[in-house]
Order: sequence, then C-alpha cells, then structure tokens
Amino acid sequence: MEEIYFDIQGNCRLIKASKPGVDFLLAYSKSLQMTEVGGAYFETHLN
Amino acid sequence: MEPQIEDSLLIQRYVSGDERALEGLIDKHNQRLSSFIYSKVGNRSITEDIFQDTFIKVIKTLRRGTYNEEGKFLPWIMRIAHNLIIDHFRKSSRMPMFEGADSYNLFSMMGDDKLDAERQIIKDQIDSDLGVLIEELPLDQKEVLVMRIYRDMSFKEISENTGVSINTALGRMRYALINLRKIIEENDIVLTN
Repeated sequence: MEEIYFDIQGNCRLIKASKPGVDFLLAYSKSLQMTEVGGAYFETHLN
Repeated sequence: MEPQIEDSLLIQRYVSGDERALEGLIDKHNQRLSSFIYSKVGNRSITEDIFQDTFIKVIKTLRRGTYNEEGKFLPWIMRIAHNLIIDHFRKSSRMPMFEGADSYNLFSMMGDDKLDAERQIIKDQIDSDLGVLIEELPLDQKEVLVMRIYRDMSFKEISENTGVSINTALGRMRYALINLRKIIEENDIVLTN
C-alpha cells in the first residue's frame, strides 16, 4: 500500500505547458476558420 | 498581482474575435490542467500533447458556438482532458511502447548484420587464404568450385558452361572440397572467424 501511495505522490507536481506549446495553440486558433453549411461545420486552416 | 478575469468574459471576448482572450484562458488554467494531466500520465511530453488536444477541442467548440456557458469552464476542460487521458491509455495498451532504461538498453539488443572491424579483417584474411588454397586445386575442380561458390551458378549452368554433365560437375565439386580439406589438414591451417 505504501508503495502505491509513493508512486502517486511522484506524479503530483505543479507543471505548466511550455511556451512553444501555448504558442502553437494561439497560432492554431488564428489559422482556424469554421464554416457552417446546413448544420455541418467545415474546418479550414489559413496559412 | 493582476486581477483574474472571469472565464465567461474571456470566452465571450474570444468568441467575438479577440485572440488575446484565448491566451488569457490558457494562461489562467495552464498550471492546473497540466498538473492534472501529469498526475495521471506521469510524462511531460504526453502531458503537453494532451494539454494541446484539450485546448484544440475547446477552440473548436467555442468557434462553433456550441459551448453552453454555465460558469463551469474549468470542470468542462478537465472532463475533456480526462477523456483524452483515457483515450491515451487505451491506445497505449493496444500499442505497448518499450522504453529502455540505464540498466537495459534496447540498442544493446539491436545491431546490423555487418561485421565489426576486427571480424572483417579476419574474414578478409580467411578469404585471401582460401583463394591461395583454391589455386592449388586441379584446374577442372577449381573451375567448378569457383563457378558454384563465387559466381553462384547452378550445377546445370556449370555443366552447360564447361560442357560436362551435371553429375561430372557434382563429382568435381565433391573432389574439390575433399582436396581443400586435405590441404587444410595437412598444413594445419585454421580457417575460422
């Protein structure tokens, strides 16, 4: 039981996603265009 | 310390086209969400992937305008992340990944079929010694042996090329090998790698 508790403790760290990861999301959001046609959504990414 | 802007306000701004609002949302929940994912998967790069996939789903839902704001943004993204974590474990159980450790490295088990430098030198020496021994054989036996071993010809092809029957070619090959063994034994030659 102690071992299991110890394993879980090892993963309890405060971490943050990296800046390149966040920048990717922001760029993804800027490039994404949603078009609705008859209730269906089409995604396009602008370069 | 900057005052925290409500999620609902950030979402509203983002949906209206303010990209900086998304940055605010990500920044606000980055540590909480990343730490939650990391607590389940225990790997930084997988955490990063799942974090990105979570926010990609968030972005798509907000852009479609199908998000129903009830002041529950954080529980919603946690649920998305949770489902993605489950997907990750399902996928990895279908495709188990082997990771090497300090005590056991996968690359120590792998190798190409090439000889190392020392063995290559020994092989070259054996090939050269064998070439000298083959020169000692009678011409007809040497001819058959060279065609069979070095040119990889079939006995049918050898018989056609030398103008003898297949049986004769087989016989010459047999005598060539017997004679080679005899020379090797008589001269105490070691031909091993």
